[in-house]
Amino acid sequence: MTEDPSTIGCAAFQAQLPELIGSGVDIGTHPHIQTCAVCRALLADLEAIAEAARQLLPIVEPPDDLWKQIESKIKDEESSSKQG
Amino acid sequence: MVGNVAEAEDLTQEAFLQLHRKIDSFRGDSAFSTWLHRLAINVVLMHLRKKGLSLISLDEAMEPTLEEGSGRSFGAPDLTLAGSIDRLALQRAVANLPAGYRLIFILHDIEGYEHNEIASMLECSIGNSKSQLHKARLKLRDALRTYPRQEERR
Repeated sequence: MTEDPSTIGCAAFQAQLPELIGSGVDIGTHPHIQTCAVCRALLADLEAIAEAARQLLPIVEPPDDLWKQIESKIKDEESSSKQG
Repeated sequence: MVGNVAEAEDLTQEAFLQLHRKIDSFRGDSAFSTWLHRLAINVVLMHLRKKGLSLISLDEAMEPTLEEGSGRSFGAPDLTLAGSIDRLALQRAVANLPAGYRLIFILHDIEGYEHNEIASMLECSIGNSKSQLHKARLKLRDALRTYPRQEERR
């Protein structure tokens, strides 16, 4: 027998959350969310975190000499493998 | 992903060395960029494992702990973060996540990979990827809710 989603408790609802969020369904219409302010607040926070994360793409430029170092290591490897 | 510029540079170097060593094994089954990204992720994972950092076991991630169990109270609704997430605080909180959580959070929420792509890159199930991401976000929520109080004490 399937549990009625409007009567499940917070623990049961929150246990389903990773799957619900990952599935892309509109959780805002879930019967439990409609009636539970605590889970509604939790969901709002998790959505806000995901939204804020999109602005966090790190823009760290590699230093100018990094490619030279890589080239140099590759040449070292090539010459040592030819010798070996 | 490693939270340190010098380490990131070393790993970039290592990823290109690996690319040079393994380029012959690229068969064109996927886009070159996907293959290269996967190779780079593997370099990061190996590095984190070598350092003994807390790459949370993927099996463990499926089991709620006492601390993180689903029965835990998540607090009153008036403590919501929505609309008030400080970028610096979020960056700090992400940097402090356990390595396994951080990796999946960065791949999914920051870099925009889908769970099926992450599962393929990390050789775990899609369910594990979803579970780890959810736990990462919960940990971030906890960290962000305590952040203003830490700042007030300074």
